[in-house]
Amino acid sequence: MRGNNVLGLIFSNMHEEQLRDLTENRTMGSVPFGGKYCLIDFPLSNMVNSGINKVGVITKRNYQSLMDHLGSGKSWNLSRKREGLFILPPFEAEVYKPNDQIELLASAQTFLQNSKEEYVLLTDSNIVCNIDYSDVLNQHVRTKADITVICHTGKIPAGMAAPAVYTAGPDGRVRDMLINPRTEGECCFGMNMMLIRRELLIRLVSDCVSRNLNNFKRDLLQRNLSSYQIYVYHFQGFAKLVCSEIAYFEASMSLMLPEVRAQLFDPRRPIYTKVHDDMPARYGLGAIVSNSIVSDGCVIDGEISNSVLFRDVHIGKGTRVENCVLLQDTDVSPDCRLNYVIADKNVLIKNERSLLGFQSYPVYISKGSIV
Amino acid sequence: MLPKQEVVAMLLAGGQGSRLGVLTKDLAKPAVPYGGKYRIIDFPLSNCVNSGIECVGVLTQYQPLVLNEYIGSGQPWDLDSVSAGVRVLPPYQRGRKSDWYKGTANAIYQNIPYIERYNPEYVIVLSGDHIYKMDYSKMIAYHQEKKADCTIAVIEVPMEEASRFGIMNTKPDGSIYEFEEKPKKPKSNMASMGIYVFTWNKLREYLEADEANPESTNDFGKDVLPTMLKAGERMFAYRFEGYWKDVGTIDSLWESNMDLLNPKVPLDLSRENWKIYSRNPVMPPHYIAKEAKVQNSLVAEGCNIYGLVDFSVLFAGASVAPGAVVRDSIIMPNTHIEAGAVVQYAIIAEDCVIGRNATIGKRPEDVEDKDKWGIAVVGDGCRIREGAVIPPKAMIDRDTREGGGRRKCAVTMCSA
Repeated sequence: MRGNNVLGLIFSNMHEEQLRDLTENRTMGSVPFGGKYCLIDFPLSNMVNSGINKVGVITKRNYQSLMDHLGSGKSWNLSRKREGLFILPPFEAEVYKPNDQIELLASAQTFLQNSKEEYVLLTDSNIVCNIDYSDVLNQHVRTKADITVICHTGKIPAGMAAPAVYTAGPDGRVRDMLINPRTEGECCFGMNMMLIRRELLIRLVSDCVSRNLNNFKRDLLQRNLSSYQIYVYHFQGFAKLVCSEIAYFEASMSLMLPEVRAQLFDPRRPIYTKVHDDMPARYGLGAIVSNSIVSDGCVIDGEISNSVLFRDVHIGKGTRVENCVLLQDTDVSPDCRLNYVIADKNVLIKNERSLLGFQSYPVYISKGSIV
Repeated sequence: MLPKQEVVAMLLAGGQGSRLGVLTKDLAKPAVPYGGKYRIIDFPLSNCVNSGIECVGVLTQYQPLVLNEYIGSGQPWDLDSVSAGVRVLPPYQRGRKSDWYKGTANAIYQNIPYIERYNPEYVIVLSGDHIYKMDYSKMIAYHQEKKADCTIAVIEVPMEEASRFGIMNTKPDGSIYEFEEKPKKPKSNMASMGIYVFTWNKLREYLEADEANPESTNDFGKDVLPTMLKAGERMFAYRFEGYWKDVGTIDSLWESNMDLLNPKVPLDLSRENWKIYSRNPVMPPHYIAKEAKVQNSLVAEGCNIYGLVDFSVLFAGASVAPGAVVRDSIIMPNTHIEAGAVVQYAIIAEDCVIGRNATIGKRPEDVEDKDKWGIAVVGDGCRIREGAVIPPKAMIDRDTREGGGRRKCAVTMCSA
């Protein structure tokens, strides 16, 4: 059954500065991940798999790669006559310039007003997880909440921007919310996803704009803690926040764990992405592969271990690749040695080069470089 | 009125492909999986799009469900345009009589109204059982240049194999003066590829005459083309160079898959300028575990490999458990090879489970009587029991008898 009265809203540009090089030429949402995906594929697919028919993608800048990736939304089954995918580029008004989350929401006001759905689900695009939002909606309706924030229990990922830590009563209602607190141990932190009534969202956003308040967590959530019913929803599954280059690397490496793949790529809730039409990966004579993720179009004649290979990566004979994330069209010539390397798209590594990074500091090679 | 299309392609996809045995039990030959992620029909469809042909009629008859579903709107091949695109053309009922497609020519005859809507100059007739990459626009240009009525694509085959094909004997200018169907003593080694370009007005004339002839079997090769030749129409052979393989038998299907593993065979399916498109499975990239060994193989997305894979083609979603061995074999989508099983020289169709320690097929070196050796084939949806031994050349079929709930497999030896 399609359709559940929820409108999806994805912020494609949030926290880009945290990824430095990887987001130099692209949005957070179009950061390649997991061999064939972009980060935005996860929230988009989660929404579609939860029955959300209409998704708006809020953009701010450098969104060419994102538009190229999303196209008409066909791959996510969002190219529809009714509802579907809407890309919402920035819209300037007299009273604000769309810089932060509240202003971006204000700039999407017309879209929000013209939608018919009762609820809105907001999410950032840098959280890799497979979550069923219909569960969140059920809880939201059951608890008669005004706002439900989706939380994860654990240590706050290092480098997370202004993490919000929630303390909730036994009924799940938020009693206290701290932004960027000093904690070491496990706590219940927000995943930057929330469900809210559409009309309430429109009202809260315009309240903030008219008072020149522009901090989403502080002004829209924290200030309203006592005036609205805010509840937490605990997400138990695998979730990885991509909030630094190290976190990106770690999230990539965690895909080698069978239990992570089983959760993330649950065949009942598949992750969709743009179709590329590449030939299956070809392993040559003498190829040695262990503990690696390999995508279509790869041609492997060398040795790889503990690595994620995106589409059309070529590994020459005699080359050894360990602990690497090689993005689309990386070409590694024969007799190279790579360890702890993140190579962006279209990188060419010529014969007999040796590039060695370290677990806590992988070497990053920017898009189109020739080494 | 639809916009005119200079060329309309008609793709004959109704054949049963009985020589593929259990593989075509529930699906038409053009829908048989090939090369890790494709189906045979991807080749003519992609060739059409890459050649600039926007209008393709697919003639279906035998087991069309999988094929219809696969073609869908034609979007994966960019054949979902507003006025043209791909259309599935099944046989249909008419006012006075209704007929199955009696032969290849009759299938086209019954769809004259479809072709006429586009008012084409040329019609290209294709078949859905070959693996090749070909620019049809060059062949059509040749047809125009020769002012031909019919052009037949030919390929050079080894002289000793020529007697297996339909051979075209040509004059130096390329015009055909004689056909020989599987000649004992071939005069040339130019084999017909089953690809014909016709000037539409001429073809319509001959189709109507052929239909009126009660003695005709309504087949292009047996009836229409010989009649045209006899009448002195301009018929030319267009020479194609490149990879071309008929995949109508188990052996040739297996060989053609193995050709993809051979770097010397000129068949690259992801070259940017002539891609072969297909309906892509929604699956993550494949995973190769620590203890796995993978060499000389093609592995599609969604596979999980913990065992040994050598000289094999693995389709999307296949899995090979620890200690299992897959050699010189084709494993089709979503088939699981459980721990300790050994699969050699075999084709395992979709959605099968090969139980623990089962043995499928054998290497030819290990069989004394070479006549008893052949590729072992397991049909789709089979569950092979733990420790079972399936001999080479066997064809395993899913038992369709109902009752008991569990599907059993019946072993049938293939004598062919």
